[in-house]
Amino acid sequence: MSDTILEVRGLKVSRGGVPVLDIPELTVAPGEFLSLIGPNGTGKSTLLLSLSGLLKRQQGEISFHGQAVENGGQLLDYRRRLAMVFQEPLLFDATVYENVAAGLKIRGMSRRSIRPVVEENLSLFDITHIASRSARKISGGEAQRASLARAFATNPELILLDEPFASLDPPTKESIIDDLGHAMNIKHTTAVMATHDRMDALRLSNRIAVMDGGRIVQIGHPSEIMHQPVNEIVAAFVGIETILEGRVKGSSGGALLVNINGRDIFCTGDYRTGEEVICFIRPEHVTLFPGEYMPESSARNMFGGTVTKVQPIGLLYRVGINCDFSLSAHVTQQAVEDLDLKPGRQVVATFKATSIHVIRNPRY
Amino acid sequence: MELIIEGIRKAIWLLITLDPEVLGITWLSLKVSGLATFISLFIGISLGTVVALVRFPGRRIVVSLINTGMGVPPVVVGLFVTILLWRNGPFGLLEILYTPTAIIIAQAIIATPIVAGISLASIQKLPEALRLQILALGATRLQMIWMLIKEARLPLLAAVMAGFGGVISEVGASIMVGGNIRGYTRVLTTATVMETGRGNFDVAIALGVILLLFTFCINAILTGVQQRERPR
Repeated sequence: MSDTILEVRGLKVSRGGVPVLDIPELTVAPGEFLSLIGPNGTGKSTLLLSLSGLLKRQQGEISFHGQAVENGGQLLDYRRRLAMVFQEPLLFDATVYENVAAGLKIRGMSRRSIRPVVEENLSLFDITHIASRSARKISGGEAQRASLARAFATNPELILLDEPFASLDPPTKESIIDDLGHAMNIKHTTAVMATHDRMDALRLSNRIAVMDGGRIVQIGHPSEIMHQPVNEIVAAFVGIETILEGRVKGSSGGALLVNINGRDIFCTGDYRTGEEVICFIRPEHVTLFPGEYMPESSARNMFGGTVTKVQPIGLLYRVGINCDFSLSAHVTQQAVEDLDLKPGRQVVATFKATSIHVIRNPRY
Repeated sequence: MELIIEGIRKAIWLLITLDPEVLGITWLSLKVSGLATFISLFIGISLGTVVALVRFPGRRIVVSLINTGMGVPPVVVGLFVTILLWRNGPFGLLEILYTPTAIIIAQAIIATPIVAGISLASIQKLPEALRLQILALGATRLQMIWMLIKEARLPLLAAVMAGFGGVISEVGASIMVGGNIRGYTRVLTTATVMETGRGNFDVAIALGVILLLFTFCINAILTGVQQRERPR
């Protein structure tokens, strides 16, 4: 068995003469769940459509199980080994059962052989009870379940998911993500999903590719993407709010001292003294203490500063601190109350040297 | 008023007694307009679907032509079909002028743009992503087109109604290419015109009532299908 199910080389797509996609290389392993993340308009959907064969590519090769995918008759065989789910469920004006059976009917299967397959997939996505209902009269969550069941019913080797949860409310999304993960495990399907929600990608993926301007700017294990972004765009997209430019003041055995706006920060990394660098600090890695005393902490970095803003972000609060450079921390409501966090409040912010990701500053 | 009441009375009498001439005219009307609508559905839905789905140079002109065709006066169609089928015309050899076939041709020409225009609008109204979804399910191009037509079936029933309504009620083309020959090409509309011209208002009203009843029943059936409760 090949160690890649899908291989892309030199893929280029243009629209109206404007290049919208440029993927020099991309491979997907069997059983893998790869997420394409990035802001809207970065080419995620275009890449999925190209992979599905629904969008003509100007240049490049796509291989499926080592076989080149070309235009023409073979493309139909290729498409019949894949499935695609879009942001909108795009169900037909028929019952849920008939919708789930659609791909099988297209393949010319008999009614008798279709029934058990449809029933299995209705059950997999917990929609057996609405099988006889019109697809026009079900909720958005049920419709997306039906759409997923329809895709899985054809037993695809590769499933392409284009923002499948973007129109769903949070509880429905959570439950569908669980069911999708379960279906992926049972069927051992390979998936490529486009999403602008990094949390969705983190829940399901073995690998994440961050896209920007039609290119993959970083691809790797979710933890690598979240903690070691290759540039500021990736960092911002994966939720790193403190991005600081500085110069290496001292370097010894992997330990670094970086000067940022007159303050020295302890970091780790392999850089020479005098090199210009960028430091990324995740907001969850910053701990706040009251400003009245110096806290006992194992963190090497400890800075006094003034709170500039306190913003609710769901269950947490984002706290901005000015300590001669801008620092962002995420804290609980309990912490906001205990520390009496409000603009103008003096605090001490601490973070570990090992929690800072350092890259060479490309502007120098 | 008396004239109208007398006309309705006569219509009821003609219907109750199953007047053979009226039945013959009604049956011919149904046959001719039904067949013309069927032909127009085949051509109109195909044309509308192709224009809706394919982007080609001059597409806007084709759409404009279809829209113009939806309102073309039947007498103009009658005139052109007559010229084409005239003894010395390009299709004169067929010798089908003043036959039911000629009426079917003229009526099909009238109904085709109506069906094509409504089909075009119905298919175009479907989300573009639905086409991609159908192809992503593994459909061939033909399967995709068939599934889109099925998806637009309810608005397409409006095309059937509009097409049939357009041809069953037209008189200009039928009289020009059919000649209103008794027992051969006389249909409800041409018979109504003739009886009115002769001053036989009671018979004309009777034929008019039959025509109305006829179109009402057919449209009621189609509306029933269109509006019927979808699966629960």
